[in-house]
Amino acid sequence: MESLPITIQIVSLLGAGLFMLYIFRLIVKGRLREEYSIVWILCTVILIVFSVWRDGLTKISLFLGVFYPPSLIFLAAIFAIIIFLVHLSVVNSKLQNQIKNLAQEVAYLKQQTPQHQPPASASLPIQEPVLTAS
Amino acid sequence: MAASLKILVVVPCFNEEEAIAGVVADINRVKTQHRLHIDVLTVNDCSTDNTLAVLRTLDCLHLDLPVNLGIGGAMQSGYKFAYRNGYDVAVQMDGDGQHPADELPKILQPLFENQADVVIGSRFLEKSGFQSSAMRRVGINYFRWLNQALIGQTIYDSTSGFRAFNRKTLAVVNRYYPDEYPEPEAIVQFGLNNLRMREVPVEMRDRQGGVSSINTSRAVYYMLKVTLGTLFVYLRMRGQRARLTA
Repeated sequence: MESLPITIQIVSLLGAGLFMLYIFRLIVKGRLREEYSIVWILCTVILIVFSVWRDGLTKISLFLGVFYPPSLIFLAAIFAIIIFLVHLSVVNSKLQNQIKNLAQEVAYLKQQTPQHQPPASASLPIQEPVLTAS
Repeated sequence: MAASLKILVVVPCFNEEEAIAGVVADINRVKTQHRLHIDVLTVNDCSTDNTLAVLRTLDCLHLDLPVNLGIGGAMQSGYKFAYRNGYDVAVQMDGDGQHPADELPKILQPLFENQADVVIGSRFLEKSGFQSSAMRRVGINYFRWLNQALIGQTIYDSTSGFRAFNRKTLAVVNRYYPDEYPEPEAIVQFGLNNLRMREVPVEMRDRQGGVSSINTSRAVYYMLKVTLGTLFVYLRMRGQRARLTA
């Protein structure tokens, strides 16, 4: 089986390099947290490895018994994407829970400010609630 | 003894500017009439109309949520408030006037007599008052069957949002309360926490203002979400119980 032509090798190297730079830039600017960047850096490293090691994909495919090497890329990529999406959903659920708790605490604090008390004209509740630590 | 219990009536409001004043006034009237030790807490769940301005003029405590949490999150805010501030009983009453305040004593009675931890006002025990639409009753029958299968207790009106909890139940919902469409899910949660549930017949009215949070297109999603939620609450609680007894 033929190895990859040199042009596509250069293009993929450039692409992977630029992607890596973009990820680093995001981290430096504080727009991406390091824990989420690890997976992207890993992906880029894998891309670079296979751009340099031209026969790698074919060899691994042969070893695994995959007849058409590019399908191995798709399999691995789709698998990684699904895992990462699940991870993001987990993060999202956690954030939603935290936001709910924060919103409730904000509401309790707001309730204690003077403008949130019932109007003076209305009869006051029987007992002013006292916040206890829980 | 009964009259000395501190009661918090939690009224969640989302765009209820028309009905809310009447609801609060009704509760306050029943409070003086029956000499109950009631505070009213309205929870404004980020209404987009004038609900907040109306709440400010009413004789009640109110919470103003900074982001929209949905009915479950709004109710939990009220329950947590009740739990932290030492209330003995918390009652949920809808802000749209479906739940007549005159039925409050009926709902509270089993708690006063310590015969239940959770009291649910049911439309179906006596066939009077507003009975809800046919489609909705099909759904309610389905939830009754689901609850029966999971916890072995029959609750006829599992979607009823007219409920009263004692302090034992408040401790449970202080820890966890379902977010979206919480009512049927909470029943399974209560059953697995070995809380004593009791249904009492109440009459309900059709809503006095505002729109239902559940329209036809959302009904399928509702069924699916509640079924999933119920099953997962069941699995989670069962897991916790197994770990505790192990």
